[in-house]
Amino acid sequence: MTAPTIELERELLEAAVSEAPVEEIEAVPAIGAGEEEAVRQLVIINWSGELDKIWPTLIMSTAAAASGYRTKVFITFWGLLPFVKDQRRIVGENWMQKMLTLMQRPGISHLKLSKMNFLGMGPWMIGKLSKQYNIARPAELLEAAQAMGVDFIPCQMTMEMFGLTRDDMIDGLGEPAGAATVLELMTEPNTASLFI
Amino acid sequence: MTITNEAPAAVPVKLDARGLKCPMPIVRTAQKMRELASGQLLEVVATDPGAVADFAAWSRTTGNELLESSTDGGEFRFLLRRK
Repeated sequence: MTAPTIELERELLEAAVSEAPVEEIEAVPAIGAGEEEAVRQLVIINWSGELDKIWPTLIMSTAAAASGYRTKVFITFWGLLPFVKDQRRIVGENWMQKMLTLMQRPGISHLKLSKMNFLGMGPWMIGKLSKQYNIARPAELLEAAQAMGVDFIPCQMTMEMFGLTRDDMIDGLGEPAGAATVLELMTEPNTASLFI
Repeated sequence: MTITNEAPAAVPVKLDARGLKCPMPIVRTAQKMRELASGQLLEVVATDPGAVADFAAWSRTTGNELLESSTDGGEFRFLLRRK
Protein backbone atom coordinates (compact mmCIF):
# COMPACT_ATOMS: atom_id res chain seq x y z
CA MET A 1 0.00 0.00 0.00
CA THR A 2 2.79 2.43 0.93
CA ALA A 3 5.14 1.56 -1.93
CA PRO A 4 2.85 2.65 -4.78
CA THR A 5 1.99 5.84 -2.88
CA ILE A 6 5.67 6.76 -2.52
CA GLU A 7 6.20 5.88 -6.17
CA LEU A 8 3.32 8.16 -7.16
CA GLU A 9 4.58 11.01 -5.00
CA ARG A 10 8.03 10.70 -6.53
CA GLU A 11 6.54 10.77 -10.01
CA LEU A 12 4.51 13.86 -9.17
CA LEU A 13 7.57 15.54 -7.65
CA GLU A 14 9.71 14.74 -10.67
CA ALA A 15 7.01 16.05 -12.96
CA ALA A 16 6.77 19.26 -10.95
CA VAL A 17 10.55 19.78 -10.95
CA SER A 18 10.89 19.10 -14.66
CA GLU A 19 8.10 21.57 -15.43
CA ALA A 20 9.37 24.37 -13.22
CA PRO A 21 12.42 25.53 -15.23
CA VAL A 22 10.41 25.53 -18.46
CA GLU A 23 7.93 27.95 -16.90
CA GLU A 24 10.76 30.21 -15.74
CA ILE A 25 12.41 30.30 -19.16
CA GLU A 26 9.10 31.20 -20.77
CA ALA A 27 8.28 33.81 -18.14
CA VAL A 28 11.54 35.82 -18.31
CA PRO A 29 11.41 37.08 -21.90
CA ALA A 30 7.67 37.72 -21.60
CA ILE A 31 8.19 40.10 -18.66
CA GLY A 32 11.16 41.77 -20.37
CA ALA A 33 9.20 42.37 -23.55
CA GLY A 34 6.24 43.68 -21.56
CA GLU A 35 8.36 46.29 -19.77
CA GLU A 36 9.81 47.55 -23.01
CA GLU A 37 6.38 47.97 -24.59
CA ALA A 38 4.68 49.24 -21.41
CA VAL A 39 2.23 52.02 -22.22
CA ARG A 40 1.95 54.82 -19.68
CA GLN A 41 -1.56 55.70 -18.64
CA LEU A 42 -3.20 58.76 -17.13
CA VAL A 43 -6.54 58.36 -15.38
CA ILE A 44 -8.40 61.46 -14.20
CA ILE A 45 -11.60 61.49 -12.20
CA ASN A 46 -13.14 64.74 -13.34
CA TRP A 47 -15.59 65.54 -10.55
CA SER A 48 -15.72 69.34 -10.69
CA GLY A 49 -17.62 71.33 -13.27
CA GLU A 50 -15.72 74.52 -12.54
CA LEU A 51 -13.66 76.46 -15.07
CA ASP A 52 -10.46 76.53 -12.99
CA LYS A 53 -10.56 72.74 -12.57
CA ILE A 54 -11.82 71.64 -15.98
CA TRP A 55 -8.99 73.67 -17.49
CA PRO A 56 -6.11 71.71 -15.89
CA THR A 57 -8.03 68.45 -16.50
CA LEU A 58 -8.14 69.22 -20.21
CA ILE A 59 -4.54 70.51 -20.34
CA MET A 60 -3.15 67.43 -18.58
CA SER A 61 -5.23 64.96 -20.57
CA THR A 62 -4.40 66.60 -23.91
CA ALA A 63 -0.69 66.79 -23.04
CA ALA A 64 -0.75 63.15 -21.89
CA ALA A 65 -2.38 61.96 -25.11
CA ALA A 66 0.17 64.01 -27.09
CA SER A 67 2.93 62.28 -25.10
CA GLY A 68 1.66 58.84 -26.00
CA TYR A 69 -0.17 58.10 -22.74
CA ARG A 70 -3.38 56.12 -22.89
CA THR A 71 -5.63 58.75 -21.34
CA LYS A 72 -8.96 58.11 -19.64
CA VAL A 73 -11.10 60.81 -18.03
CA PHE A 74 -13.99 59.58 -15.93
CA ILE A 75 -16.57 62.37 -15.82
CA THR A 76 -18.88 62.38 -12.84
CA PHE A 77 -21.20 64.60 -10.76
CA TRP A 78 -20.71 68.33 -11.57
CA GLY A 79 -17.98 67.21 -13.95
CA LEU A 80 -20.64 65.83 -16.32
CA LEU A 81 -22.19 69.23 -17.05
CA PRO A 82 -19.31 70.66 -19.16
CA PHE A 83 -19.73 67.61 -21.43
CA VAL A 84 -23.37 68.40 -22.15
CA LYS A 85 -23.86 69.96 -25.60
CA ASP A 86 -23.15 73.68 -25.44
CA GLN A 87 -26.51 74.74 -26.87
CA ARG A 88 -28.54 72.80 -24.26
CA ARG A 89 -29.94 75.31 -21.78
CA ILE A 90 -31.91 73.21 -19.28
CA VAL A 91 -31.59 69.44 -19.10
CA GLY A 92 -33.17 66.75 -16.95
CA GLU A 93 -36.52 65.04 -16.64
CA ASN A 94 -38.02 66.37 -13.42
CA TRP A 95 -38.19 69.86 -11.91
CA MET A 96 -35.27 69.29 -9.51
CA GLN A 97 -32.92 68.21 -12.28
CA LYS A 98 -34.07 71.15 -14.42
CA MET A 99 -33.58 73.50 -11.46
CA LEU A 100 -29.97 72.32 -11.00
CA THR A 101 -29.06 73.07 -14.61
CA LEU A 102 -30.96 76.37 -14.43
CA MET A 103 -28.58 77.39 -11.64
CA GLN A 104 -25.53 75.92 -13.36
CA ARG A 105 -25.84 76.18 -17.13
CA PRO A 106 -24.26 73.11 -18.74
CA GLY A 107 -21.77 73.16 -21.62
CA ILE A 108 -18.02 73.72 -22.02
CA SER A 109 -18.51 77.44 -22.79
CA HIS A 110 -20.58 78.21 -19.67
CA LEU A 111 -18.27 77.37 -16.81
CA LYS A 112 -18.03 79.20 -13.49
CA LEU A 113 -14.94 79.81 -11.37
CA SER A 114 -14.65 78.04 -8.00
CA LYS A 115 -13.60 81.36 -6.45
CA MET A 116 -14.02 85.00 -7.46
CA ASN A 117 -16.88 84.16 -9.81
CA PHE A 118 -18.63 87.49 -9.02
CA LEU A 119 -21.79 86.66 -11.02
CA GLY A 120 -19.79 85.87 -14.14
CA MET A 121 -17.37 88.79 -13.92
CA GLY A 122 -14.48 86.44 -12.98
CA PRO A 123 -14.93 84.00 -15.90
CA TRP A 124 -15.39 86.97 -18.26
CA MET A 125 -12.06 88.44 -17.14
CA ILE A 126 -10.31 85.06 -17.37
CA GLY A 127 -11.76 84.72 -20.89
CA LYS A 128 -10.41 88.15 -21.86
CA LEU A 129 -6.99 87.39 -20.37
CA SER A 130 -6.71 83.99 -22.05
CA LYS A 131 -7.54 85.61 -25.39
CA GLN A 132 -4.99 88.38 -24.76
CA TYR A 133 -2.26 85.85 -24.00
CA ASN A 134 -3.42 83.42 -26.69
CA ILE A 135 -4.08 80.61 -24.22
CA ALA A 136 -6.16 77.68 -25.47
CA ARG A 137 -9.67 77.83 -23.97
CA PRO A 138 -11.51 74.76 -22.62
CA ALA A 139 -13.65 74.36 -25.77
CA GLU A 140 -10.53 74.31 -27.95
CA LEU A 141 -8.71 71.96 -25.55
CA LEU A 142 -11.68 69.59 -25.47
CA GLU A 143 -11.66 69.42 -29.25
CA ALA A 144 -7.89 68.76 -29.25
CA ALA A 145 -8.27 66.13 -26.51
CA GLN A 146 -10.90 64.23 -28.48
CA ALA A 147 -8.84 64.50 -31.67
CA MET A 148 -5.82 63.08 -29.79
CA GLY A 149 -7.86 60.12 -28.58
CA VAL A 150 -8.57 61.02 -24.94
CA ASP A 151 -11.32 58.70 -23.75
CA PHE A 152 -14.01 60.53 -21.75
CA ILE A 153 -16.10 58.03 -19.80
CA PRO A 154 -19.39 59.32 -18.31
CA CYS A 155 -20.53 58.01 -14.93
CA GLN A 156 -23.72 56.02 -15.46
CA MET A 157 -25.10 56.65 -11.97
CA THR A 158 -24.74 60.46 -11.91
CA MET A 159 -26.00 60.72 -15.49
CA GLU A 160 -29.23 59.15 -14.24
CA MET A 161 -29.34 61.38 -11.16
CA PHE A 162 -29.08 64.51 -13.32
CA GLY A 163 -31.56 63.02 -15.82
CA LEU A 164 -29.00 63.22 -18.63
CA THR A 165 -29.37 61.12 -21.79
CA ARG A 166 -26.64 60.18 -24.28
CA ASP A 167 -28.28 62.67 -26.65
CA ASP A 168 -27.73 65.51 -24.14
CA MET A 169 -23.99 64.77 -24.08
CA ILE A 170 -21.42 65.79 -26.72
CA ASP A 171 -20.48 63.25 -29.40
CA GLY A 172 -17.51 60.93 -29.06
CA LEU A 173 -17.83 60.03 -25.38
CA GLY A 174 -17.11 56.49 -24.21
CA GLU A 175 -19.66 54.01 -22.91
CA PRO A 176 -21.02 55.08 -19.48
CA ALA A 177 -19.41 53.07 -16.70
CA GLY A 178 -19.04 52.87 -12.92
CA ALA A 179 -16.62 52.85 -10.01
CA ALA A 180 -15.25 49.34 -10.59
CA THR A 181 -14.21 50.27 -14.14
CA VAL A 182 -12.27 53.29 -12.85
CA LEU A 183 -10.65 51.31 -10.04
CA GLU A 184 -9.45 48.72 -12.52
CA LEU A 185 -7.93 51.45 -14.72
CA MET A 186 -6.32 53.23 -11.75
CA THR A 187 -4.55 50.09 -10.55
CA GLU A 188 -3.08 49.12 -13.90
CA PRO A 189 0.74 49.32 -14.13
CA ASN A 190 2.43 52.60 -15.21
CA THR A 191 -0.68 54.57 -14.35
CA ALA A 192 -0.95 58.02 -12.80
CA SER A 193 -4.32 58.86 -11.28
CA LEU A 194 -5.76 62.25 -10.43
CA PHE A 195 -9.00 63.39 -8.79
CA ILE A 196 -9.82 66.91 -9.98
CA MET B 1 19.58 72.87 -56.44
CA THR B 2 18.47 69.39 -57.37
CA ILE B 3 15.75 67.47 -55.68
CA THR B 4 16.58 63.86 -55.00
CA ASN B 5 14.71 60.99 -53.46
CA GLU B 6 16.74 61.36 -50.27
CA ALA B 7 15.62 64.94 -49.79
CA PRO B 8 12.42 64.35 -47.75
CA ALA B 9 14.32 62.52 -45.02
CA ALA B 10 17.13 65.09 -44.77
CA VAL B 11 15.10 68.29 -45.05
CA PRO B 12 13.04 68.77 -41.89
CA VAL B 13 9.31 69.30 -42.06
CA LYS B 14 8.54 72.66 -40.44
CA LEU B 15 5.98 73.43 -37.79
CA ASP B 16 5.22 76.98 -36.70
CA ALA B 17 4.15 76.90 -33.05
CA ARG B 18 4.85 80.59 -32.44
CA GLY B 19 2.28 82.27 -30.22
CA LEU B 20 0.91 78.98 -28.90
CA LYS B 21 0.85 78.38 -25.15
CA CYS B 22 1.05 75.21 -23.09
CA PRO B 23 0.02 72.53 -23.96
CA MET B 24 -0.59 73.41 -27.62
CA PRO B 25 3.05 73.36 -28.89
CA ILE B 26 3.46 69.68 -27.96
CA VAL B 27 -0.11 68.85 -29.04
CA ARG B 28 0.50 70.30 -32.51
CA THR B 29 3.93 68.61 -32.60
CA ALA B 30 2.43 65.22 -31.70
CA GLN B 31 -0.25 65.67 -34.38
CA LYS B 32 2.38 66.60 -36.98
CA MET B 33 4.57 63.66 -35.97
CA ARG B 34 1.73 61.27 -36.79
CA GLU B 35 1.91 62.41 -40.42
CA LEU B 36 5.66 61.68 -40.65
CA ALA B 37 7.45 58.42 -41.35
CA SER B 38 9.96 56.93 -38.95
CA GLY B 39 13.32 58.73 -39.20
CA GLN B 40 11.88 61.92 -40.70
CA LEU B 41 12.91 65.23 -39.16
CA LEU B 42 10.60 67.89 -37.75
CA GLU B 43 11.66 71.44 -36.96
CA VAL B 44 9.43 73.30 -34.53
CA VAL B 45 9.68 77.01 -33.78
CA ALA B 46 7.94 78.20 -30.62
CA THR B 47 7.79 81.35 -28.50
CA ASP B 48 6.53 79.85 -25.21
CA PRO B 49 9.53 79.79 -22.80
CA GLY B 50 7.96 76.72 -21.11
CA ALA B 51 8.44 74.80 -24.35
CA VAL B 52 12.20 74.38 -23.68
CA ALA B 53 11.62 72.08 -20.71
CA ASP B 54 8.47 70.57 -22.25
CA PHE B 55 10.07 69.49 -25.53
CA ALA B 56 12.93 67.81 -23.64
CA ALA B 57 10.41 65.97 -21.44
CA TRP B 58 8.17 65.12 -24.39
CA SER B 59 11.16 63.70 -26.27
CA ARG B 60 12.17 61.50 -23.29
CA THR B 61 8.58 60.29 -22.82
CA THR B 62 7.76 59.51 -26.44
CA GLY B 63 11.21 58.37 -27.64
CA ASN B 64 11.22 60.88 -30.51
CA GLU B 65 14.81 62.13 -30.41
CA LEU B 66 15.46 65.83 -29.70
CA LEU B 67 18.51 66.49 -31.89
CA GLU B 68 18.77 70.23 -31.27
CA SER B 69 17.27 72.77 -28.91
CA SER B 70 18.34 76.34 -29.54
CA THR B 71 17.28 79.90 -28.75
CA ASP B 72 17.26 82.80 -31.18
CA GLY B 73 16.05 86.02 -29.60
CA GLY B 74 12.57 85.26 -28.32
CA GLU B 75 12.19 82.14 -30.45
CA PHE B 76 12.94 78.57 -29.52
CA ARG B 77 13.85 76.05 -32.18
CA PHE B 78 13.59 72.29 -31.74
CA LEU B 79 14.81 69.67 -34.19
CA LEU B 80 13.20 66.28 -33.65
CA ARG B 81 13.54 62.91 -35.31
CA ARG B 82 10.45 60.70 -35.60
CA LYS B 83 10.86 57.43 -33.74
